[in-house]
Amino acid sequence: MVKKIIILVVLLVLAMMFWNMFSGIPVQNVLPEVSEYYAKNEPAEVGAANLVTAVVVTYRGLDTLGEVSILFLSAAIVGLLLGFQSKTEKRKLRKTSELLLTAAKILTPVIVMLGVYVFINGHLTPGGGFQGGAIIAAALVLALMADPLRKISHGFISFVESTSGFIFVFIGILEIFLAGGFLDNSILPLGEFGAILSAGAIPIIYSFIGLKVGAELSSIVSNMQEAQNITEYE
Amino acid sequence: MNNIQLEWITMAAGIALVFIGLWGILTQKSILKIIVGFSLFDTGTHVILVSIGYIKNRTAPILDEAVDASQAASQVVDPVPQALVLTAIVIGLGITALMLSFALQLKKKNQSLEISNLKDLKW
Repeated sequence: MVKKIIILVVLLVLAMMFWNMFSGIPVQNVLPEVSEYYAKNEPAEVGAANLVTAVVVTYRGLDTLGEVSILFLSAAIVGLLLGFQSKTEKRKLRKTSELLLTAAKILTPVIVMLGVYVFINGHLTPGGGFQGGAIIAAALVLALMADPLRKISHGFISFVESTSGFIFVFIGILEIFLAGGFLDNSILPLGEFGAILSAGAIPIIYSFIGLKVGAELSSIVSNMQEAQNITEYE
Repeated sequence: MNNIQLEWITMAAGIALVFIGLWGILTQKSILKIIVGFSLFDTGTHVILVSIGYIKNRTAPILDEAVDASQAASQVVDPVPQALVLTAIVIGLGITALMLSFALQLKKKNQSLEISNLKDLKW
């Protein structure tokens, strides 16, 4: 009983906090100062058609680096925790249906291609490295559902992950010396606004972020698959 | 119907998700359901953040044919909350995977996912 009252009080306090925000709608009618600066000067400074990408990769590039590190950390801890699983308990699975097998064979390469498309076009259309990486990991989930015995090479995943992470930071540091500062994208010519090879180093950086995120999420997925310890079909 | 506006619907949906999530975290007994609650809480905050950045009668912050680059500051919604949410979604995914692997370890150790059976840290 006391517990229920406490829960109710917590929810009510939260409701009061949210009510202030909710009654304050519309929150804003013009862009805040920072966003206005981004919207006005971004085409000349960064040259990416997608403002969100310009904020994520260039203006707040350091946050993105921290965020990729958090994702790496959580992937590493998942690998550590699931590595403790006892390997004595074995599981058997029913054989995968023909439908899923065939669909996975056709769809997996297409989904990987869509992921690559999404992160290569990250500076022009909605999308980018994080979304593209997640799509690539989704292709791996489909492949694993079709063939649960498939072995994923951890060496390859960690090679892709560490190489792309290294290149991301390396480009960032190179830009301290050759351009305006850490992760300033004007190391390469900005190019024609809206073209695929534009916005300086953004397509390169975002592609490597995409590979890194894809590799990290893939390592989470493959660790979870190995923790199941599926050895054979029934 | 003209009174119901997009920003109200999105923010109300986000707040509702936060409440469902928090209620689930506080009341549910199964760890898996608590993780679902965390996930809903997470999604709710994302929806609220995006709806804070929304400005009426404006379009997505992508400078293409629809938005003139010189007039962009008066035509697009706020890109900063969207950039924040973009990173928050991926972090949320990583944290959910982390919680699920903890739950798997607990299940292996205690043969149960009920929090009332977990008394290791109870004083």
